Amino acid sequence: MDILIYGLINAASLILLAVGFSLIYGVSRVANFAHGAVYIATGFIAWALMNKAGLNYPLSIVLSVVVSALLGVGIYQGLLIRVRGMPASEIIASFAIAMGMIEALKVVGFVGSYGNPVFVRGSVEVLGIPVDYQRLISVLVAFGTVVFLYVFIRRTKIGLSLRGIAQDERSSMMLGINSDLAATISLAIGSALAGIAAVVLLPLGNMYPGIGYEALIYAVAVCIVGGLGSLGGTVFAGLMIAFAQVITVRFLGGQWRMLVIFLAILVILVFKPSGLLGRQKELEERV
Amino acid sequence: MAISENKSERRLERIDRGIKARTDGIYALLSWREISYLMAPRTFLLMGLLVLPVFLPEVWQRVFCLAGIYSLLAIAFDFLFSYAGMVSLGGALWMGVGGYTVGILGSEFGLPPVFSLPIGTFLGGGICTVLLLPTLRLKGIYFAIATFIYPFIISHIIEALQIAGGTFGLADLPVIENGWVVLYVMAVLLTGIFFGIRRLVIEDVGMVFRSMMENDQAVSASGISITVLRTIAVYIASCIGCLAGGYLSVLYGWVGMSFFALDFSILPIAASVIGGPGTFAGSLLGAFILVPLTEFLRPFGPMRMVGYSVILALFVVLKPEGIFPYLTRKYNQFQRWVEV
Repeated sequence: MDILIYGLINAASLILLAVGFSLIYGVSRVANFAHGAVYIATGFIAWALMNKAGLNYPLSIVLSVVVSALLGVGIYQGLLIRVRGMPASEIIASFAIAMGMIEALKVVGFVGSYGNPVFVRGSVEVLGIPVDYQRLISVLVAFGTVVFLYVFIRRTKIGLSLRGIAQDERSSMMLGINSDLAATISLAIGSALAGIAAVVLLPLGNMYPGIGYEALIYAVAVCIVGGLGSLGGTVFAGLMIAFAQVITVRFLGGQWRMLVIFLAILVILVFKPSGLLGRQKELEERV
Repeated sequence: MAISENKSERRLERIDRGIKARTDGIYALLSWREISYLMAPRTFLLMGLLVLPVFLPEVWQRVFCLAGIYSLLAIAFDFLFSYAGMVSLGGALWMGVGGYTVGILGSEFGLPPVFSLPIGTFLGGGICTVLLLPTLRLKGIYFAIATFIYPFIISHIIEALQIAGGTFGLADLPVIENGWVVLYVMAVLLTGIFFGIRRLVIEDVGMVFRSMMENDQAVSASGISITVLRTIAVYIASCIGCLAGGYLSVLYGWVGMSFFALDFSILPIAASVIGGPGTFAGSLLGAFILVPLTEFLRPFGPMRMVGYSVILALFVVLKPEGIFPYLTRKYNQFQRWVEV
């Protein structure tokens, strides 16, 4: 039973990390390597707003999520817009900016253990297993995020135009959808999702800049396994990897946690490269 | 109307220098002036690589070796990036696998560097290629992601299982005692690989690599297996990268977790992009600018990484051409303003 509970909690954090990356890739086809960097930067911004600027916790959380969305806009408008359509340059540019941000956090002095406080202290028993409120909140936020995204990209006008760009950029542009605006919006929302993930998940442990790389790896892994750019696939893959991890940690030990992620990617790439729920584009994706 | 408005505008015109036009043809050998025009850049490079190390003080000889290592990584990156269309973020992967292969050959089997370095190079290249094999069938970001993730995974495994020296690494590996041999092994290898790979990309196979990058469907329609081609390209690049890793472990007599550090991924990419991707000479130039710079900026610590990342991002976005093509243009062409 504890496997079920811990698996769900783990899945919530993986999904929270991955949906932003998935949205950005799905719409703008930009593999945003700066996703993890935005994630950890948001955590530290929240910390700084609270401890240096003296704001109260809820306000600093909201502000830091806003800042993360602005970071996304900045990354796209400042850098990626100029190399759009050149995948190699996109990867290098976003990777460079990711490293720059993470190393800059180290330079500023965020080395050692920092931590944001949890929202609500204490824990509650779920089916006989003690779960602290923060983890419960993370599950709820993850669920809420997925529902919001589902409704957003299927019901709202902006969401529909994002989907249009993702499916056929040229036709959408002929119908008057601004491709750059759509990509900017997707980066803003995707980065804000990374920010939300940060404020919800980072209080669960210590914060250090290196988390940025791990977060990126987790996000990318979930997206690859689920199918790049597919929301349903991301959720499905998040659940699968999370349970696989929890089971592995239970029976083999914590050091294998990272390896599960990696094996999942390998198996998927060998047997179904488009991901669990991704659409196979035979000629274009495979060579 | 638009034409008349623009009448007084000027534009920059670039014209080949006379000597460039003459030396393009068979007349290159007609005068010493033209021969030296052709030979000057190559001689300059050869002198820099093979003669300059003699005059360097000992500390800078070490820096020269490091710059050579980063040059090798940059050349490997550039080869994949510009001629096979694959972005490798995995300098650290090559360094780690190469370094550990040579290290294990040295510590477990007691092989001297004469044997462990070449074996480690080709074996390590093979290991990297096998590791990356699942992503070679796919276009897009998979290759970049795999090369980025592997160093993390491998260092996690080494740390978790405490194999191959675990967290502390393998120390007291057999080294080459003579400093001059160490220095000139790098100088000669670097020269050989530089000219070798420049030749490789203009040979038939290099042309196929490039066409694979331009239009993979046309290549596979010609009955050439792209997976095989990409495997060959990755093997070549991995061998060069693993040589760099193996050489570093021979240089230090030590191999450890820091071989998987991201420095080895970002600095070669920065060197290659700043120097001018696709030219190889640019990679060399970039590495020999950035690595000594790193030594000067040592007091700034992690600040350097931030600087490199920012410079790299700016170059990719604003000046994707790089320094070396700029220099080539200045050497071969002159420019003037003409009335339009």
